[in-house]
Amino acid sequence: MGKIRMTSKILFTLVLFVILITTISAKAAQKTVILATTTSTQDSGLLDVLIPVFEKDSAYKVKTISVGSGQAIKMGEKGEADVLLVHSPEAEKKFMDAGFGITRRLVMHNDFVIVGSANDPAKIKGLSSVEALKKIASSASVFVSRGDNSGTHAKEKGLWKAAAINPEGNKWYQSSGSGMGQSLNIAAEKKGYILTDRGTYLALKKNLNLVILSEGDSKLLNIYHVIELNQQRYPKINAAGGKSFADFMISKKAQEVIKTFGIQKFGAPLFFPDAGKNVNALGK
Amino acid sequence: MELIIEGITTALKLIFTLDSEVFAVTLLSLKISSIATFLSLLFGLPIGTFLALSNFPGRRVIISMVNTGMGLPPVVVGLFVTIFLWRNGPFGYFEILYTPTAMIIAQTVIAFPIVAGITIASIQALPANLKLQALALGATKCQMLWILLREARLPLLAAVMAGFGGVISEVGASMMVGGNIKGDTRVLTTATVMETSKGNFDVAIALSLILLVLAFSVNYILTVIQQRERPR
Repeated sequence: MGKIRMTSKILFTLVLFVILITTISAKAAQKTVILATTTSTQDSGLLDVLIPVFEKDSAYKVKTISVGSGQAIKMGEKGEADVLLVHSPEAEKKFMDAGFGITRRLVMHNDFVIVGSANDPAKIKGLSSVEALKKIASSASVFVSRGDNSGTHAKEKGLWKAAAINPEGNKWYQSSGSGMGQSLNIAAEKKGYILTDRGTYLALKKNLNLVILSEGDSKLLNIYHVIELNQQRYPKINAAGGKSFADFMISKKAQEVIKTFGIQKFGAPLFFPDAGKNVNALGK
Repeated sequence: MELIIEGITTALKLIFTLDSEVFAVTLLSLKISSIATFLSLLFGLPIGTFLALSNFPGRRVIISMVNTGMGLPPVVVGLFVTIFLWRNGPFGYFEILYTPTAMIIAQTVIAFPIVAGITIASIQALPANLKLQALALGATKCQMLWILLREARLPLLAAVMAGFGGVISEVGASMMVGGNIKGDTRVLTTATVMETSKGNFDVAIALSLILLVLAFSVNYILTVIQQRERPR
């Protein structure tokens, strides 16, 4: 008697289990596109608006893996993503030269800004980015670096290089190893300076006691490209889905969304659509 | 202080208005962690029982490994499961990275040693001659096992609770193998991390409160069963 009850119990749980597994894997049948992108496109909320539009218009379901641009590009190199949306031009050029990608198209730009607490201990307000970094270094004020090989981190390293300073190893130079949003929180807590893209900063501004101190010079341009991967190199990728997403990003519809995104909430657009433009003409 | 109150108000609002996104995220957390706990029981109970009762060379090493595994860092599990499931990895063929299935696998790996370890401890805590008595009274091997598991059922419930508590609260592995994809693999813990980095502290607090309530409710139910059945 007890045995029968036990067996029926086991049978019941097994059946239940099979049902659960099938309901979960049923979703996977839909064709998916893996988009590897930067944290800024996710933390600013732009993708939350764009992706539903794309999914509605196409048969694909997008899996957004939001990491730093460095990691996103690495995922591309391994063929673990179908399409990249990144902002690390130097690394992207190397990626293309090595034949990992087939097309690299300009999507949008915004700019980087250096933010810090309003009392500005290093007195960088109004200076150009390179001058500002020099002052931060000479006054040994806290500077929070992403430290995660993201596009923002790459930009920051370029600026330090232009300032002829090697900040690594200094006590005031703190590497957070986190995404843009988290790093901004850390900078706010430590009353430090930080290089950030304007989009994420504006989106998070309400919780941060940080103000823009250096902005507007041409070195601070932040440019986003969408890259399709080379299927000959990675036979397993969903190249058609990647192309579909890349085409969507430069389509009129998406560009219109990008143009207006954030105006209502933050009073200013977070990104400027640039499809079809020449990179060298940006910011002029 | 203001932030905490705001967080609690947001939490209550999200819960009582049955916010569809929060509801879906909560449900997914519950689903993934329950299945993972169930699977870890499926493997952990028999293997734990076997290790507790058998005697073979190398058994102590294996038990030590299981005990070490009880503290297995979720990020380590996440990293290895990711590497194995990559398209170009050994199990890439299945294409399950960044799906709930991958999260179930990772969480099962995390919960398995917890369940197996507690099973070993609870079976071994039974009076040593219980096994002999059962066999002497003519029980078959299967019946003997059943008697032992029945006797150990209360500590075994603790294994369920510990396993479930371990996986519902872990974030490292879920983030890596799930990818925190909206509407697909976003669970309470990964959503909390994301909302924190977005600076939406009120929503983050709300999600953590829901997580706490959820963990509490499940443990409360199990504890009630455990205490009701406590031998007098």
